[in-house]
Amino acid sequence: MKLSCDEATKICDKNQYGEASLWDKIKLSFHLFLCKKCGMYSKQNTILTKCYNNHKDKEGRTEHCLSEIDKKHIEQEVKARI
Amino acid sequence: MPSTNKHILSPNKWVELHADYLYNYTIGRVNNQDLAKDLVQDTFFAALKAKDNFQGKASERTWLISILKRKIIDHYRKINSAKGKAEVKMNFYMDGDREGEWIEERVPSSWDNEIEKDINNTELNDALEKCIGALPEKYEMVFRMKTIQQFETEEICKELEITSSNLWVIIHRARTQLRKCMEESWFKN
Repeated sequence: MKLSCDEATKICDKNQYGEASLWDKIKLSFHLFLCKKCGMYSKQNTILTKCYNNHKDKEGRTEHCLSEIDKKHIEQEVKARI
Repeated sequence: MPSTNKHILSPNKWVELHADYLYNYTIGRVNNQDLAKDLVQDTFFAALKAKDNFQGKASERTWLISILKRKIIDHYRKINSAKGKAEVKMNFYMDGDREGEWIEERVPSSWDNEIEKDINNTELNDALEKCIGALPEKYEMVFRMKTIQQFETEEICKELEITSSNLWVIIHRARTQLRKCMEESWFKN
């Protein structure tokens, strides 16, 4: 039942992705009830997840392409080896 | 009637037809333009060498992606070995008798309560990008795949040939280090 702070914050991180098991969540709640340091980590983790999600929404829309110069360069290299 | 529709390879058209797709696929995993470009080029070179082994069962693109995946695993293994170990990783928890307890000077500090209102700030995204970029390469790669690209845990484990417990240790270390970096660069009172 007893978790170290390292283990508790690891579960807390896993929980941000909705992938902590029920038993993990029970152990985490018990730890957070007693540990203010991890309580702070947990609170801030929720804020950070919102930041990461915002960042993801921005990044996810970006389609990455090679520049025409790079494509030409790769094409030359490939054709030289055919 | 049995199907005889076998796929064929057209190396002359690879760059035109597949380079952008392969590049976009790679950027989602390594987030480094030069490295992504090199991996795409190496994929084409390896494909040329292996073209006699192509049986035509899969499409040309699927076959090229399978080669690219090997290149990405090779890169991950490289950063997970000698180079990765040489990178500076910050410890947050004690060893020895008090193993797993917070190291006193690394304990989270309190943040301004109004901070949540600022979450849509573009400067915050810049600060975040800087902190993600400062992570050890292995942490950055797994963190981006899981958090920014939102791949399933199973998919990442399969692609990088790691276990899920290994993945969660990496995510935990990445997030602990990111929290500290964001505290110093953005959230501190």
